[in-house]
Formats: sequence, structure tokens, C-alpha cells
Amino acid sequence: MSHTSAPGENYLTGPKGLKSWLLTVDHKRIGLMYLYTVLSFFLIGGIFALLIRWSLFSPDHKFIDANTYNKFFTYHGAIMVFLVIIPAIPAALGNFILPMMLGAKDVAFPKLNLASYYIFCIGAAFAVSALFFRGADTGWTFYTPYSIRTNTTVILVLCGAFIAGFSSILTGLNFIITTHKLRAKGLTWGRLPLFVWALYATSIIQVLATPVLAITLLLLIFERVFQIGIFDPKLGGDPVLFQHFFWFYSHPAVYIMILPAMGVISEVIPVFSRKPIFGYRAIAYSSFGIALIAFVVWGHHLFVSGQSEFANFLFSLITMFVAVPTGVKVFSWIATMYKGTIRFNAPMLYAFGFLEIFTIGGLTGVFLATLAVDVHLTDTYFVVAHFHYVMVGGTLMGLLAGMHMWFPKMFGKMYSEGAALVGFILVVLGFNITFFPQFILGAQGMPRRYWSYLPEFTFLNQVSTVGSWFLGAGFLWTAIYMGRALFSGAKAPDNPWDSKSLEWQSPSPPPVENFLHEPVVTEWTYEYRPSKA
Amino acid sequence: MSQATVTHHHAHHFASADDEFEAAKQGMWVFLVTEVLMFGGLFVAYGTFRGMYPEMFHEAHKMLSVPMGALNTVFLITSSLTMAMAVTSAQKGLRSRTTGFLAATFLLAGCFLVVKYFEYMHKIHDGLLPAGFFTNHELTNPKAPLFFSLYFVMTGLHGVHVLIGMGLIAWIMIKNQKGYFSPAFYTPVELVGFYWHFVDLVWIYLFPLLYLVS
Repeated sequence: MSHTSAPGENYLTGPKGLKSWLLTVDHKRIGLMYLYTVLSFFLIGGIFALLIRWSLFSPDHKFIDANTYNKFFTYHGAIMVFLVIIPAIPAALGNFILPMMLGAKDVAFPKLNLASYYIFCIGAAFAVSALFFRGADTGWTFYTPYSIRTNTTVILVLCGAFIAGFSSILTGLNFIITTHKLRAKGLTWGRLPLFVWALYATSIIQVLATPVLAITLLLLIFERVFQIGIFDPKLGGDPVLFQHFFWFYSHPAVYIMILPAMGVISEVIPVFSRKPIFGYRAIAYSSFGIALIAFVVWGHHLFVSGQSEFANFLFSLITMFVAVPTGVKVFSWIATMYKGTIRFNAPMLYAFGFLEIFTIGGLTGVFLATLAVDVHLTDTYFVVAHFHYVMVGGTLMGLLAGMHMWFPKMFGKMYSEGAALVGFILVVLGFNITFFPQFILGAQGMPRRYWSYLPEFTFLNQVSTVGSWFLGAGFLWTAIYMGRALFSGAKAPDNPWDSKSLEWQSPSPPPVENFLHEPVVTEWTYEYRPSKA
Repeated sequence: MSQATVTHHHAHHFASADDEFEAAKQGMWVFLVTEVLMFGGLFVAYGTFRGMYPEMFHEAHKMLSVPMGALNTVFLITSSLTMAMAVTSAQKGLRSRTTGFLAATFLLAGCFLVVKYFEYMHKIHDGLLPAGFFTNHELTNPKAPLFFSLYFVMTGLHGVHVLIGMGLIAWIMIKNQKGYFSPAFYTPVELVGFYWHFVDLVWIYLFPLLYLVS
């Protein structure tokens, strides 16, 4: 643990052997372990997605029965939400990059960081073990009273999500204290990279919202084991209370998923436009604006659940306010690019992908926030398309942008730009072909989560299924060229993108304690000025 | 003070021991915030059902024993005092005094759980159980079982926290005896103190909400 790096040694070649990885307290190694774990679950969740789409290729020729179909979309949703999208950027990229951006040697509580990784693994093991018993068929939202009655092993998934939540809480706690206590000399709050601001806002949501999910899931577990009846109408309880509790966490959780991706985009755009970020303070504060509003909009998931008209009206109104800080960010990014010297490297391509897909996702969110429209669109494929545009467009584009940006730093290798371009085209095209038709299907009234559909929806469903193959191929292709780069990629320079941020002032890959000399910050992170005026 | 002391070195990534202490304290505060929110969910559930069925709450709460609840309140408030004294002694480096106060805290926590055990046994005997298992015939209100669901979940989760607290107190008591703490380093004692005061505070809310419904 007190290993000091010899000259030329880095965190990958430092202490050797499996044990040195499994028991490491180095935030970079923990970040990589998270990355590999999350990507494995992404593969599993993705396979279920392809199977769901394949089953929906036509309304009648089914290779799985309706009950199996229910289980498949439950696995897809639960795995993707709890085991992929929530931890992907904060726990994997954030763990690696955040301390380096701060010029710190590690996070504030390194052992806690390792513990949070293992807690995550235990939670994941619980959730995935349901596959080997009677599965789970409630969808990832576990709505009562069905989740109390179903004879599937939903309790394992509940325990898994409950346990994984603590990992999320501990990561958030660690990041908050790290940002407060371990900034390099001269790195004032006003000079912090926006990725740090975004992760800080995310951490606050993780710390404030996740405990409410914990108690909700615990009550639901007790509901099944001890029949406490709090959510069970048969015993005098209130099933809608579950929906309130669940969305009090899960709506802010949506911003746990998207804010870190916005942070990545805020890093990528100035570096590849060679211009200082436009509206630094506005972007930083808007993250907190989003975090704040996140806590008072949960009711928009309950528009048709018998909530009072007045509550509906209020939640609808407040929900629309989310568009304001979000718009501030999008326009600031575009203004940053204006008259910049744009380089179309892979991270920047994915930033463009983010802008296109996320903006559609965000704007359709305003449709859904509109009460009268939502009554028609609730529980249709329009909702499915909307949140995939936000979650995949937001989080996965952000993750891919970040992975391409920091790959040279993390592994000291370069990937092929040509291969990355092919992957980008496959992913973005495949994504839009898969999910855009679902907006139309939803508007025409096709309900979500159904095993089959009316014959007139066949064509658009087939388009969507074909799109999912392109999307799958894009991810597979990305895995192949990144894997190749790991083994035979060209050696990466220390700062291939010519970035001003602190993590690039260290060798690629970084030494065990991150920096060869203790960094001192003398200027703002985004001073990208032309060298000659 | 003839026992050997173990010197504490602050972790390599902190500039100084003070920084490390401050970070640890901040971390504990953030953790306690998460605890507040977790219990907060239960308090919201309590508020919701009490708002729906006020007369049921009044009727059902009479089945709880106020003297036992009050006795437990005294135990916990006293234990908070002894915990605070333990932290002060640790700050001053008075090792055996620290151990003494920690032992007193541990015992008071144990007394709390013993009383709780008898209360639970009594409720189970009378069939005053969570909704699905409720068999009591004295209470006529059909919604009364819900009160006991809330009672068991809230006091149960609090009881688990008391148990964890006892484990933590025992752990720092042993460390203290081995000479790990000094006026320069007593972070774990301080943090367990924070936690323990929080556990007491939760009870201070639970007692009137469950036992003293008017």
C-alpha cells in the first residue's frame, strides 16, 4: 500500500499479481475494475435488449412466451439502470479522473472506495442471481401491489438494488469530501474543471436520494417477508405511496445518470474547439439547478395514478423548469464551438452525438411534462423512446466520449481514429433507427411492455429491430478496436489532445501517486487562447 | 499510563493529520445526512398513515407501554452523556477514563435492548404483529395492524442501529485499551460519538411519535 513508484513505473506496472489488484486502494485501479464490471453488465443488459427487439420483430412469431418476455425486459431495465448507467461515469471514469483533475494522490477515503466496489459486486451478484431462480417480472420499477404478489424471485433483485445503493452512496460521499479537501494548491472552486462540478452535483443527489430508495426497497422486502402491508391495499396500505417513494429517488436518479455525462461533454467541447468554455459559471451552477429541481418533480411519474389535479398541475409546471438549466448548458456548448477551431476526433464526434440525441430526448421530455399530452402518451412507446434518447443519448454518448478522451491517459495507448469513426456512425445511426420509430409508435398508441402488438405497427417495429442490430454491431466494433488498441495500439503521448486540465500534466499512464511533482495551479482550466493574437 | 502507545501516521494523500481529521469528520456528517434521509422515508410513511387514520393511531398506541419506553429514553439519553464524556477523555488522553465511559455507554445500550426485547416479546404474545400476522382481538379498528407494522419497522431499524453502535463502541474500547488513541489522534472515538448521538436522536423522535399519541 505504501508503494512508491520507481522512475518509469506506472500504476499498471506497479505492484503485480491478481491480489495487488483485488486489494488495491489506488483510485485508478478501482476505476478500471468498475469500468470492466460495468461493461460486462452492459453486455448482459444489451443481449437482453437484442432479444426483446428480436421478439418484437413481428406480432405473432414469438420465440419466447409472454412471461419470459416480461422477465427479459425486467432484466434489461434493472441491469442497465442499477448496474450500468448509474455507476458508469461516476464510479468508473470519475474514480479515475476526479482525483487527477484535482491534483490529488487519491480520493479522501481509499479503503471506503474499495469497499464500495465490493458492495457493488455483492449487490450485482444478488440481482443477477435471480436469473438462476424464478427470475423477476415486475419491470425495474417494482410497482406494488404486483411486486408483492408475483411468485418470481423479485426479492433477489430488490436486495441487489438495495445493496448496490450503498455503493453509490459511498462513492458520492467520497467524491464530496475529496473535492472539498484534496484540491491542489491554487485550484480554487472557480478554476475547477466542469467535470468536477458535475460529479459534485451528482454526488449530492446520490447522497440525498439513494437512502430514500434504500428504505423503499427495504419496506418492499419486508412487505414480501413480513407482510407489513404499508404498500398493500389488501392490508390497508397505499400502493401509490410506493410510487411516491420510488420516484422520489428514481427521478433524481435520472440526473445521477445524466449530470456526469454533461460534465464529460463540458470537458470535450472546449478541448476540441480550442476555445475557453462559454458560460463557465452558468454551466457549473446549472448542474446544481438541475440537482435542486430533480427533487421536486417526482410527481410527473404519477399523472395518471389518481394524484390530485392540483398536484398534477404543480408537478407539470416544475418539470418544465428542468428545461431551463438544461438549455443553458446546451447553448453554452454551442456558443463554445462558435468560431472555434474544431477537431473531429472521436471524443468530439461523440459530443456531437450527445448534442443531437440528448436534445431530442430533452425536448420530448417537455411533451411528456405537458399534462394533457401525457395522459395520451403515458405507458406508450413514446415514453420508451424518450428515456432511451436521454439515457442512451445522454449517458452512453457521454461515456463513449469520455472513454475515447481518457483512453490514452488510462492505458497509455492510442486507438485508431478511422475505426472510431466507423463505430461512431454505426452507434449513432443504429440508435436513431432503433428508437426514432418508437416515438411514432407511441404517438399512435402502442403500449409499452406488451409482448405483442396490432398488425399495423409491424413495419415500424421491424425498422426498430433492424436498428438494434446496427447499434449492437457498433458496440461490438467499439469493443474490438479498443481491445486491439490495448494490446497493439501506438504509444500515447502524455497530452495527445493538448488539454489544460491537470490529469494531462502527468505521464500516460500515470504513476502510482498520479503526479511526478506536486501540481500547482496558476490559471483557469479553460485558457485555450490562440498562441498568437 | 504505563501501557505502550501506537503512533498514528496520517495517510499519504493528506497534507497533514489535521486535514485528515477534518475530512473524516465531514465524511461522517455526510453519512449521517444519508441516515436522516433513510429514517425520513419512514417518518413520511408514518405521517401519511397518521393523516389517513388519526383515531386508529390513538387507539393502537395505547397498547404500547409508556413506562418501558420512558425508561429506554432515560437509558439512551444517559448513554449520550457517557459517550460525550468518553470523547472528552480521549481528547485529553485519559485512557482508562475513556474505557470506563465507553463501557458505561455500552452497558446502557445493552439495557435499552433488553427492555426492547421484553416489549417485543409482550407484543408478539398479544398478537400485536405486522399487518399480515396480526391476531389481536382487543383492537377493533381494522386498520390497527398498520400501526404495528410501522412500530416494528421503525423501532426494528433503530434497534439494528443500536446493535451496530454497540459493535463500534466495543471496537474503539479495545483499540483504546491497546493505546491507539492520543490527544493527537482520536478520530474513531469522535466519529463513533457522532454516530451514537444520532442513534439517540432518532429515538427521541420515535418515542413521542409512537408512545405518546394524543
